Amino acid sequence: MDFDLSEEQSILKDSLDRLLADRYGFEDRKRHMASPEGWSADMWTQYAEMGLMALPFAEADGGLAGTPVETAIVMEALGRALALEPYFSTVILGGSFLRFGGNDDQRAEYIPAVADGSLKLAFAQVERHSRYDLHHVETTAAKDGDGFVLNGQKSVVLHGDSTDRFLVTARTSGGARDEAGIGVFLVDAKAPGVTVRGYPTQDGARAAEITFENVKVGAADGLGDPANGLPLVRRVVDTGIAALCAEAVGAMSAMHALTVDYLKVRKQFGVAIGQFQVLQHAAVDMFVAIEQARSITLFATMMADSDDADERGRAMHAAKAEIGRAARIVGENAIQLHGGVGMTMEYAVGHYFKRVTMIDTLFGDGDHHLRELAAKGGLMAA
Amino acid sequence: MDLRYTPEEIAFRDEVRAFLKENLPEDVRQRLGNGEYGNKDDLVSWSRILNDKGWAVPHWPVEHGGTGWDPMRQYIFLEETQKWPAPQPLAFGVNMVGPVIYTFGNEEQKAKYLPRIANLDDWWCQGFSEPGAGSDLASLKTRAVRDGDHYIVNGQKTWTTLAQYADWIFCLVRTDTQAKKQEGISFLLIDMKSPGIEVRPIVTIDGGREVNEVFLTDVRVPAENLVGQENKGWDYAKFLLGNERTNIARVGMSKQRIARIRELAGLEMSGGRPLIEDQRFLEKLTAVEIELKALELTQLRVVAADAKRGNTGRPDPASSILKIKGSQIQQATTQLLMQVMGPHALPYHADEIDGSNEPPIEPDYAAHAAPGYFNYRKVSIYGGSNEIQKNIIAKAVLGL
Repeated sequence: MDFDLSEEQSILKDSLDRLLADRYGFEDRKRHMASPEGWSADMWTQYAEMGLMALPFAEADGGLAGTPVETAIVMEALGRALALEPYFSTVILGGSFLRFGGNDDQRAEYIPAVADGSLKLAFAQVERHSRYDLHHVETTAAKDGDGFVLNGQKSVVLHGDSTDRFLVTARTSGGARDEAGIGVFLVDAKAPGVTVRGYPTQDGARAAEITFENVKVGAADGLGDPANGLPLVRRVVDTGIAALCAEAVGAMSAMHALTVDYLKVRKQFGVAIGQFQVLQHAAVDMFVAIEQARSITLFATMMADSDDADERGRAMHAAKAEIGRAARIVGENAIQLHGGVGMTMEYAVGHYFKRVTMIDTLFGDGDHHLRELAAKGGLMAA
Repeated sequence: MDLRYTPEEIAFRDEVRAFLKENLPEDVRQRLGNGEYGNKDDLVSWSRILNDKGWAVPHWPVEHGGTGWDPMRQYIFLEETQKWPAPQPLAFGVNMVGPVIYTFGNEEQKAKYLPRIANLDDWWCQGFSEPGAGSDLASLKTRAVRDGDHYIVNGQKTWTTLAQYADWIFCLVRTDTQAKKQEGISFLLIDMKSPGIEVRPIVTIDGGREVNEVFLTDVRVPAENLVGQENKGWDYAKFLLGNERTNIARVGMSKQRIARIRELAGLEMSGGRPLIEDQRFLEKLTAVEIELKALELTQLRVVAADAKRGNTGRPDPASSILKIKGSQIQQATTQLLMQVMGPHALPYHADEIDGSNEPPIEPDYAAHAAPGYFNYRKVSIYGGSNEIQKNIIAKAVLGL
């Protein structure tokens, strides 16, 4: 067992931390948020030049063969900076679809474009009544010659208003909640019949509502088995959960550091408020929650590449549940310990709080994953 | 980074399991598995089996009987023995006074005491707390006055665990009443057979007789029983209290208890179905399991950091997390185990607790559930309460 980063991993971490420290301050972020895309095209180019987009792909596909550890390093750093760019949508989710579901032609066509930053992807999965169930798919994909015709509506498509292509889950057969009969399709964002309604999210990022009306996709645009795509979707989402956990750890650590600093400088009753034991203990509760979150994220990172879907799934349930719990303890305490200042848009801590709170609502909140893990018999068997 | 055990570590784990299977009597394993308190005879005989194998004091320096295992192997050994479960070593000797003696004691003391600790020839108990000195331990009043080549000790110690069996007690005593309170304390080893020592049991809320008051009246202690320097005892005490970072979390024990909860919750019924199928119960149990998994990784991070430092440095302040979370999880699991029993948690099984000879009340596996819950309220109090641990983290880690 070895918890140390390799030399290459340390270099990756240091250079990304440095870039973000130099270029992604609170005021920079505010500017990016106000731009039409809601994120920075310039930073996107910087990430691509650093090799972040190519990171998780196999060398044979033009990637850098990074493991989930490299992904966690990047996501934690992006979490600390509250970065707004569509890295998670494009590289983590979209990239995982290509890695695990793409055939030779699809990988050859799309991975180099993702790797050089020229292609952005978005995952269109959530529907009005699906909540967190990946198998609840009402959008249909009807056979049409060699290809399919898509009809339906997708909600909360992260970065859906600035993407080039969607990865869409759509039903090729069966009822709304059947596990079989779900396909995954690559759809051009500008294809006829696609309507995109973008909006800002609570945490300052962007998402969109997408309508598909008689959208034609070719035979070559199906990813994996159109009759049984759910295992692929689950695998991609598991990778995404591990990455989100790392992002949350980064955001929570930054939030905690801000809070502890504030306790040292804010004076009331003639002393720094950090001298009050009741506030010290609240700061320690945050610290303990973060260290536990960091530990369970290591577990998720270690399991993210596992081919054993059951074992991998249990690990992600555990990790996401723990992150949800920690996010609440850390976020709510961070605001409380800052007092009124924590309530203002002009101060960073509230933005961290909003991000970790929204992470809990992505791909299953803490209660959802606790219930799922309980139903599977818990962790100990794993 | 690679969070899997290496093939060598897996081979070592299997060797430990094979040794446990071969050498630990099944009835001892059964009793511990049922949640019974360990008894003296089981612990003494198991300690000697371990000592014959050379495994009684793995973390000690090799010249004093240690195994030379790296921290990861020490952790694996601990975890496997807790999960089995096997009797846990008498901490007062093996984890507390032993390391103080080999770190701060003189050669005579090392030769005299250490082999007898490893073989459990001497049963040690801890004389730290006093009626007026709990979390504020440094305010202790037990007085030791030098008289020729002896100290004369007067005072009262309390919460002295298993003093009824003890051959020796290591005590913090005040040797200078003028100095700052931390600077007038010495670390003294006292023979429990000395005239002037009286042990009175304290019955705890579980009905058990685990802890005692120890009264010392004009007890004559040879000056050679002073460890290290006079008035430096507080340093040794801090060393001792911070030293327990590899087993304070008790991850293996909590794993074993969770496995037992699952097993018994499959036997107890609720709403006509096994309790283990009850959604609310199952989610509570699963939430504890998740916390325990995270704690296991936190523990391993501390172990790995120790390994990197060569296990010689000061304790990692992160070890305070292990105490806080470890105790919370132990308490949560004892609560769930009691909950499994439902109304059958109610009977007080006097025979099980104090050894009278009535036939058991059924189900007999319920006997220790409520006492276990009551008893484990102690784990967030002893060894520096969880509130004291938070003070330590606030100061040492957060700089507040």
